[in-house]
Amino acid sequence: MSISRIWKRPPFIKSPMLRWGIAVGGAIYLALALGTMEINWGRVADGLPRAERFVSAFFPPDFVSKSGDILDGIYESLWMTVVSTVIGIGLSIPVGLGAARNLAPRPVYLFSRGILALSRTFPEIIIALFAVKIFSFGPFAGIIALSVGTVGFYGKLLAEDIEDMDVVQAEAVKSTGASWFQWLNYAIQPQVMPRMIGLAMYRFDINFRESAVVGIVGAGGIGATLLTSFDRYEYDTSAAILLIIIAIVMAVEYSSGYVRKWVQ
Amino acid sequence: MLRLNKLTKQYKTGDLALKDVDLEIPNGQVLALIGPSGAGKSTLIRCVNRLVEPTSGTAHLGEVELTSLSQGQLRKVRRRIGMIFQEYALVERLTVMENVLSGRLGYVSFWRSYFRKFPQSDIDEAFRLLERVGLDHMADKRADELSGGQRQRVGICRALIQNPELLLVDEPTASLDPKTSRQIMRLIRELCQERNLSAIINIHDVLLAQMFAERIVGLQLGEIVYDGPPDGMTPDVLTQIYGEEDWEATIEKVEDEDDEDGAVASVAAD
Repeated sequence: MSISRIWKRPPFIKSPMLRWGIAVGGAIYLALALGTMEINWGRVADGLPRAERFVSAFFPPDFVSKSGDILDGIYESLWMTVVSTVIGIGLSIPVGLGAARNLAPRPVYLFSRGILALSRTFPEIIIALFAVKIFSFGPFAGIIALSVGTVGFYGKLLAEDIEDMDVVQAEAVKSTGASWFQWLNYAIQPQVMPRMIGLAMYRFDINFRESAVVGIVGAGGIGATLLTSFDRYEYDTSAAILLIIIAIVMAVEYSSGYVRKWVQ
Repeated sequence: MLRLNKLTKQYKTGDLALKDVDLEIPNGQVLALIGPSGAGKSTLIRCVNRLVEPTSGTAHLGEVELTSLSQGQLRKVRRRIGMIFQEYALVERLTVMENVLSGRLGYVSFWRSYFRKFPQSDIDEAFRLLERVGLDHMADKRADELSGGQRQRVGICRALIQNPELLLVDEPTASLDPKTSRQIMRLIRELCQERNLSAIINIHDVLLAQMFAERIVGLQLGEIVYDGPPDGMTPDVLTQIYGEEDWEATIEKVEDEDDEDGAVASVAAD
């Protein structure tokens, strides 16, 4: 008879001190955080009927009386979305190639990563604020903001996808004596294309939603129309605008699913 | 002719993968390079076409010294060296035809290759090669739809369409079943004979090496420890290359050439 040996799954954090320290510390912080959260139940109670009135003012949504403004806003937003997605992706291809560690020499890599980090630091709405100050109100400022946001998003994901590619396929094409651009076209592009098409659709969707947000700081699009309707207490029109935004986002979502499956 | 002179490769990690390797391969010779994992087989063939940069030493292909070439010159010389890979290394989302034609990339301009407008002579040659390996009806299939043996045959076509003088073959049978392995090795040997190609074949399977190569080089820890004919592989030699083991079963007589017609037919069928 052999002696039974005890077996336990090794813990993720080895040191018991650290393990229990983190657990207890986390629990104390959470308790303190919940304890210091001030909830004024009186104000909550006051707010509830206001919320009810507010929400009920949304119904029925009014698509008709401001239909001209709504259509203009939607068209402008769609136009901003298309232009900024195309410009942004166009710019992010060279930046993304430069930011792939396995493609670019060290200085190019650092420079490209710098651009990506910078454009990812600020959310679109803050870039839009700057752009509005520089180029004044209107959709042009919005396009700048969304394009910059697209470069940060798409360039980073492109670079990461290139870094994850199958090295041997790339080696094989290189060993035939292909030039750098041929190598890019035959070995890299086929490997990253399906994912990048999917991400382009996703970014289109994000840019459309963001175009509604940047409108609030004066950078054009449906956001401006939405803000105006709120300011005028035309909540039924606001509701119509929100429903249209939801419908468009869902339409893009569904079609991007199909496209992704088709390009795989 | 390929001539390696004191070829040495030390990786950044400090590992010495090749130590002063001297090797000469005359035209038309099929050489099997055997040795345990980590012996430097892959490094050796990759140093020839400089997918890996050798640390010191020289390599001559004919009159050209390979290790001192500029990037532009290197691209020109790489056209003369075909390479076949362990996991086939086809670009999976390209079609069979595109994969084969990618072997011509060194010969055509970027825009021609971008629009897939290869010269008719290249396309004719691609179809001839695909027909030779029994895959011409698969030309427009995507590479990832093929079976392992089929993929490796496409890999062979891609290497041959370069019209190379030398084939570098890295573990061509490592992911294939025993029967397909033999078919692939036989195909490589026949093609080398037809075209008077020399080849370096890295291979784990000592039996296959003995069956299909005319010369065997044993590599151990970056040094050549055996260089001779296939029938010189005695248990002592294998022990020297791989270490102590009972080798008697490995080196039994292996002459079981199944008839060529049958093999070609099954190549076309699967």
